[in-house]
Amino acid sequence: MTAFSVATYNAGLVYARPEIFLGAAACLILLLDLFIAESQKRWLGSLAILSLLVTAVLVAVQPLVTRVVVLGDLFELDRMAQVLKVVALLTVAVVFVYSTDYLRRRGILKSEYFVLGLFATLGILVLISAANLLTLYLGLELMSLCLYAMVAFDRESGKAAESGIKFFVLGSLASGTLLYGMSIIYGVTGSLQLHEIATSVHNGLAGNVGILFGIAFLIIGIGFKFGAVPFHMWLPDVYEGSPTCVTLFIGSAPKIAAFALTMRLLSEGLAGSQPDWSQMLIVLAVLSMAIGNIVAIAQVNIKRMLAYSTISHVGYILLGILAGTPQGYQAAMFYTITYVIIAAGAFGMILLLSRQGFEADALDDFKGLNARSPWFAGMMAILMFSLAGVPPFVGFPAKLGVIQAVLAAGYAWLAVVAVLFSVVGAYYYLRVVKLMYFDEPIDTTKLGGSALMRTVLSINALLAFGLGVMPAALLALCKQALP
Amino acid sequence: MANLTIHEHLLSLLIGLPIVGGVAVLCLGEARAEASRWVALATAVASFLLSLPLYAGFNPGLFDMQFVERLRWIPTLNVQFFVGVDGISMPLILLTTFTTVLVVIAGWKSVEKRVSQYLAAFLILEGAMIGVFAALDAVLFYVFWEVMLIPMFIIIGVWGGPRRVYASIKFFLYTFLGSLLMLVALIYLYLKSGSYDLLVFQRLPLSLHEQTFIFLAFLAAFAVKVPMWPVHTWLPDAHVEAPTGGSVVLAAIMLKMGGYGFLRLSLPIAPDASRELDWLMISLSLIAVVYIGFVALAQRDMKKLIAYSSIAHMGFVTLGAFIGFRIAAATGRTTGIEMGLDGSIVQMISHGLISAAMFLCVGVMYDRMHSREISAYGGVVNTMPKFAGFMVLFALANAGLPGTSGFVGEFLVILASFKANVWFAFLAGTALVLGAAYTLWLVKRVIFGPVANERVAALVDLDGREFFVLGVLAVLVLLVGVWPAPLLDVLRATTQHLAQQLLFSKIAP
Repeated sequence: MTAFSVATYNAGLVYARPEIFLGAAACLILLLDLFIAESQKRWLGSLAILSLLVTAVLVAVQPLVTRVVVLGDLFELDRMAQVLKVVALLTVAVVFVYSTDYLRRRGILKSEYFVLGLFATLGILVLISAANLLTLYLGLELMSLCLYAMVAFDRESGKAAESGIKFFVLGSLASGTLLYGMSIIYGVTGSLQLHEIATSVHNGLAGNVGILFGIAFLIIGIGFKFGAVPFHMWLPDVYEGSPTCVTLFIGSAPKIAAFALTMRLLSEGLAGSQPDWSQMLIVLAVLSMAIGNIVAIAQVNIKRMLAYSTISHVGYILLGILAGTPQGYQAAMFYTITYVIIAAGAFGMILLLSRQGFEADALDDFKGLNARSPWFAGMMAILMFSLAGVPPFVGFPAKLGVIQAVLAAGYAWLAVVAVLFSVVGAYYYLRVVKLMYFDEPIDTTKLGGSALMRTVLSINALLAFGLGVMPAALLALCKQALP
Repeated sequence: MANLTIHEHLLSLLIGLPIVGGVAVLCLGEARAEASRWVALATAVASFLLSLPLYAGFNPGLFDMQFVERLRWIPTLNVQFFVGVDGISMPLILLTTFTTVLVVIAGWKSVEKRVSQYLAAFLILEGAMIGVFAALDAVLFYVFWEVMLIPMFIIIGVWGGPRRVYASIKFFLYTFLGSLLMLVALIYLYLKSGSYDLLVFQRLPLSLHEQTFIFLAFLAAFAVKVPMWPVHTWLPDAHVEAPTGGSVVLAAIMLKMGGYGFLRLSLPIAPDASRELDWLMISLSLIAVVYIGFVALAQRDMKKLIAYSSIAHMGFVTLGAFIGFRIAAATGRTTGIEMGLDGSIVQMISHGLISAAMFLCVGVMYDRMHSREISAYGGVVNTMPKFAGFMVLFALANAGLPGTSGFVGEFLVILASFKANVWFAFLAGTALVLGAAYTLWLVKRVIFGPVANERVAALVDLDGREFFVLGVLAVLVLLVGVWPAPLLDVLRATTQHLAQQLLFSKIAP
C-alpha cells in the first residue's frame, strides 16, 4: 500500500459520487418526513424513486476504462460493479413503484419503508464496490440491518414481527460466521485487501488448512445470504411473514448483493483456491436445486412457493460460479440479473392482485386470472415460463449459459442433475399457469393498481420476454463486465 | 430469378407470419370472435400460400439445404438464426401449413369458448412447428421445439375434456424432460465443435462412447415425441382430452417432430451409435407396431383407438429409419437404406393426412353427440351417408389399403424389412392385419348396422364446411396413394445423401 495522502484520497471520492448522493438523499428524505403532512407522504416515495434514478444515471455516466481502486484501497470500481449497481438501483426503483400502491391501500404508507430501502440500497452499492473485507462487511451489514427492520416494519402484524426476529437472529449468525471466516483469512494472509489476499493465495497458500477453514466459513455466510440449502431455513418464513412489498424487496435487489459478495470473495480474493471452493459450492448447488424445486411443489402459499423457487434458482446461479471460468461467471451474472427482473415481476403480480384487507398470497387467488384480466394473466404466464426456463423467455438463455459453463468445466453429471431438477421445477410453475388459464375465478373483482404500476409491471414482464428473444446485448454486457 | 428477395426470406416469413397473425388475433380479444376467426383463417391461408413457393422453388436434384438464411442472433453464445430446408423438412412444412388451415376451418363453429385465444394458440404453434422443421442451428431448433409445448399445453388444458389438466401437465412434463436431456447433448456437441450449426455437428468426428451418450439423450427427446413404447403413455391421455383441432395438430404434425428428429439429428450426428443400437430401435418399433396394435383393438373410446393406432403407425417411421443398417451390412449398398428412409418419410406425411382426417371424423361426430364412446354409436351410415363414405375411406387408408397413401409408406418399410430379415418383415406385416382389424371393426361398430339409438337417428349429415375439409383430405390421401412420385422425387436426393452419411463411420481416428 502506498503512503496515505489526503489529496489522492479526495480525488478518489469522485468514484463514490453515486453512493454519496444516495446517502445524502436518504438522509434528506428522513428529514423531510418530519415536515410533511400524513396525506402527502406518497411524495416521499416519488422522491425516493427519483433519487434512485438519479443515482443510477450517476453510476452509468461514470467514465471507466479499467478497474480503479481508490479511497485508501477500500473502494473498487470496475465494469461489473457499474453494471450490477445500475441493475440494483433500477430494481429498487421498480420495487418502490410496486410498493407505493400496496402501502397506501393498507394505510401504512410511511417514509420509513423508503428510507430503510434507500439505506439498504446504499449498503448494496458499497458491498458491490468493496475492495477490502471491511468494506465488504460494512456494506453487507448496512443492507442486512435495514432489511431486518423492513421485515418487521408493519408494527400491527405479529407474523411480520416473528419473521423479523427470525431473520435478525439467523442473519446475525450468518454475519458472525462470515466475519469469523474473514478473520481466519486475515490471520493466514495478513491482509484485508482482496487483491493482496489473492496474491498470497496464489503464491503458495492455496492448499493451506487455514485458508480452507476460512473458505468454509465464508461459504456458510454466503450460503445464508443467498439462501442456499442447507442455510435456507430463514427464507421461506421470512418471505411468507413479511408484508408482500418487503418480500418483493428482499427477493430482488439483495440477490445482486449476494452475487457481488460471492464474486468479490471467491473469484477475486480466493481465485487461487477455486478447486476447493468449487467442491463446496457443488454441494450447496445440488442441494439447493433439489430441495428448492421439490419442496416448492408442496406449497399452497405463492410467497412460500416463490421462496423455494428462489432457493432453487440460487442453485443454478452457484452452478455458474462454481465452474470457475469467465464464461461461468458471466453466465451466473446474467442469471442473477434476469432472475431479479423475473422475481420483481412475479412479486409485483401478487401486489397487483392484493387489495385492502386481502393479501392474494394463496395460489388459489390466481385462479381464473385469465377471465379477470387476460393481459395480466399473460404477463404472469410469461414470468412463470421464464422461471421454468422455457424458451423463448429469459429463463432459457440464463439456464443455457449456466449449463454450458458447467459442461465446459467438465461436470457433465451436474448438467444432467440441473436439467432434471428444472423439470421438477417446471411442474409448480405450470401449476400457476394452470390455475390462471384452466380454472374459473373465485372472486371477480377488478384488479387494482395505479396506471403507473400497471405500466411498469407490464414492461417488467415484457422485458422477460424481450430479453429471452434478444439476450445478446445483456450477455455482451456481462461478458464485458467479467472478461 | 425474379422472386429472389422473397425466396431469400421465405422461411423467416413463414415462421413469422403465423406468430404475428396469432398475436394479432390475441389482441382482437374475445369480444370480437367473428373477426378473430376471419383474421386467423386469412393468416393460415396466407401461410399456406406462402409455403407453396417452397415446393415450386425447391430443386429436387440437390441434397444441400435450400432457402437458407443465416443471421447473427446471440453472438456471445455463438447462436445463429440459421434456417433452411431439404427434402425431409420441406414436405413436413407444407403439411404443417396445410393442416393449420384445416384446423382453423374445423373449429369454426365447434369452438365457442375463448375463440381468439384458441385460434391464436394454433397460429403461434404453427409458427413454432415450421421453425422446428426449418431450424439448422441447434439452439434455434431447441427454442422452437420448446415453444411448441406452451400453446399445446394451453390448448389441451383449456379446451380439452374432463381430465384435461392431468393430460396437459403430463404432456408438458414428459416432453420437457426428454428435451432437456437433448439440450445437454446439444451443448456438449457445441463444446466439441465450437458451433451450434447442425450441419457442423453432422460432420463432427466423435468416439463411439460419445455417440452412444448423445444418441441416448436424443432418444429421450424423440422417443417421447414419436412416441415410442414404453414412453407413449402421455399420448392417449393428451389425445382423448384435447379438442379436435388439438388432436389433429398433435397427431398430424407434433408426432412427426420425433421422426424428424431421428432423421435430422440422431442418424447423421451419431451414425455409429445408431448402427450399434439399431437392435434397440428395431425392437422398440416392432413392439409399438405389434403390441400397440393389440392395445388399439381393445379400446372403447374412438379417440383413444386412433391414438394407439397412431403409435403403431409411427412405429413404421422409426422402423424405416433404422432398418437400413441391417440391409447395408448384408448387401454393402445404400439402396436398402434409402428405401427404408423413403418409407419412413412417406409414412410420416401419409400418417399426417390420415390421422388428421380420422380425428376430424371423430370431431364431426363428437360435435353432434358429445360422446367418444364407440358403444354410443351404431348405424351412423343411415343418417349421415356422406360422412360415412369419408369415414370408411379414411379407415381403409388407415388400414393401409393399396391406392391410399397409407399403403405407400408401409409397403416401402415392409419391403426394406424383408431385405433385412424375414422375421422383421413378418412382424411388421402383422400391423397390416391388426390395423385392418381395429379400424374396420371400429367402422363396423360405429358406421354400419342398424341405427343404435334416437340420438344417432337424429344426426344431421355433413355441412358444406365439414365436407370441404374432409374432401380435401380425401383427395390428398388418394393422390399420394396413387401417384406418390411428386413426393418421392423431392425426397430422393436428400435420402440418398443421408444414406451415404450413414454408411461411413464418424468415429474419430
